Amino acid sequence: MALSAEESGRLARLLSEHADRLTQRWTERVGASLRGRLSQAEFARQVQELHRSMIDATRNGLTELSAEQGGELRAVLAELSRGRARQGFTATETAISVFAVKDVLLELMEESPDAGTLRDFVAFSALIDQMGLFTFESFVRTRESLIADQAEQLLELSTPVVKIWEGVVAVPLVGTLDSARAQVVMERLLQTLVDTGSPYAIIDITGVPAVDTQVAQHILKTVVAARLMGADCIISGIRPQIAQTIVALGIEFGDIATKASLADALRHVLRLTGVDSARRHQRRES
Amino acid sequence: MERVPVLKIGDILLVSIQVDMSDQTAVTLQEDLAERIVATGCHGVIIDITALDIVDSFVGRMLSTIASISRVLDAETVVVGMRPAVAITLVELGLSLNGIRTALNVERGMELIAAARADEWVLTDGDEDAETTATT
Amino acid sequence: MTAGVDLGAPQIQAIRSDDDVVRVRQLVRTVAVAAKLSLVDQTKLVTAASELARNTLIYGGGGSAEVASVDDGRRRGVRIVFADSGPGIPDLDLALTDGYTTGGGLGLGLSGARRLVDDFDVVTAVGEGTRITITKWSR
Repeated sequence: MALSAEESGRLARLLSEHADRLTQRWTERVGASLRGRLSQAEFARQVQELHRSMIDATRNGLTELSAEQGGELRAVLAELSRGRARQGFTATETAISVFAVKDVLLELMEESPDAGTLRDFVAFSALIDQMGLFTFESFVRTRESLIADQAEQLLELSTPVVKIWEGVVAVPLVGTLDSARAQVVMERLLQTLVDTGSPYAIIDITGVPAVDTQVAQHILKTVVAARLMGADCIISGIRPQIAQTIVALGIEFGDIATKASLADALRHVLRLTGVDSARRHQRRES
Repeated sequence: MERVPVLKIGDILLVSIQVDMSDQTAVTLQEDLAERIVATGCHGVIIDITALDIVDSFVGRMLSTIASISRVLDAETVVVGMRPAVAITLVELGLSLNGIRTALNVERGMELIAAARADEWVLTDGDEDAETTATT
Repeated sequence: MTAGVDLGAPQIQAIRSDDDVVRVRQLVRTVAVAAKLSLVDQTKLVTAASELARNTLIYGGGGSAEVASVDDGRRRGVRIVFADSGPGIPDLDLALTDGYTTGGGLGLGLSGARRLVDDFDVVTAVGEGTRITITKWSR
């Protein structure tokens, strides 16, 4: 238990008796650290909201932030941390917004000290610590979900499959390929083959800094899957270091066509299709 | 038991698998197809699996067997319309469908059969034609 | 709850005939869709289930498949238990080798199914039967 029901009541009284002074001092203390990235008015509103829900919670005899009476207060704290995380504040700056109230409480309590003051302050501090930690956790959770969202967006962004000729699609791979991304590329490429009815695909790895066994496996599997569907893949843009790695790792590219550049690969495909149609053309004439 | 219909279009037999086949249905299809190839004298078979949401080792083996049987009966088999998810799964399963020709859709499958027949034509069609293709 | 699929309770499908193998596939598909597996993962799971259901029928002399939607706190998934009281598998390592078969198949059923799922567990005793548990988790 952070504080007893009586201490909770005393905190409620302290908070409500000096309401105006308290919120003002609180806003001032934190306002300096926010350095204008959040408007004074906005922060003042947040402080007032926090102050009000602290009073409500402690009036109801809050002894622990995680208790039922703390529901509203937790919601306000979570909202505050979410906002800060999205606005790009650091975890420390966010936590200070809450911890600052400690100093303000101490100032108020020092004005009329009695025997119980120290004990009370320690108890109040315990509650505020819980609030600070809760803020920190919400902050981290928000950041994590932001990162996950961004990773997903990046995945979407970084794997374009483009049609470069009638019957030919290309995937220019850029950046490090991990397993998840390789899988997305693989699925997207195969689906594009179906959607566009293209029997040729060029996988260009000019922009891939390194290839390890796993990535090579993914590329090989894509090529085999495309073949099962009735399409051919050509791999282009293999840089010297990557060629060395592939050989050193003992990866067998078998009968998969590899070309130095995207242009070579396209020329190769056009020659394949060109010969076909030329032959058919000739036959029709004879 | 359900039966998969076999349609004759010109010189080609078209099989469009629309149901989730039981193993018995697959075996029956294999038998039906062999009979129809002989009865119609067709030289091409297209098996459209666009509607199949999975191909397991049993269906995979059926496709290989059909391809082998029709080759013996002088017909070319092309499997068309395999879905990406199915292809990815087959690769993981370790099934390579060796000896089966594949195409993205029915149209491409028909082109493939026509090209294969034409190649044979050229090879068996006197020296003159064979020479012209060799020089291209 | 989705109509027809109670996500809480596992659903049991007997495997006694060819058509039951088809029913297992359909049941697994429905549960996998409800568990929000990606299309590729659904396909992998249904294919694995098809292989194992056929094994249960051919080698185990029939049995059952129990399909359940599961949750490990972080992700959702589908767990399937294939059980039969057939002859069991005398040499499990050999049975899990690519290309090994006693039934005239391609020998990819057991080994292939293992590659298609995330968790794969076999309990078998000669003369008593086989119980294979597979799980596929959402990515």
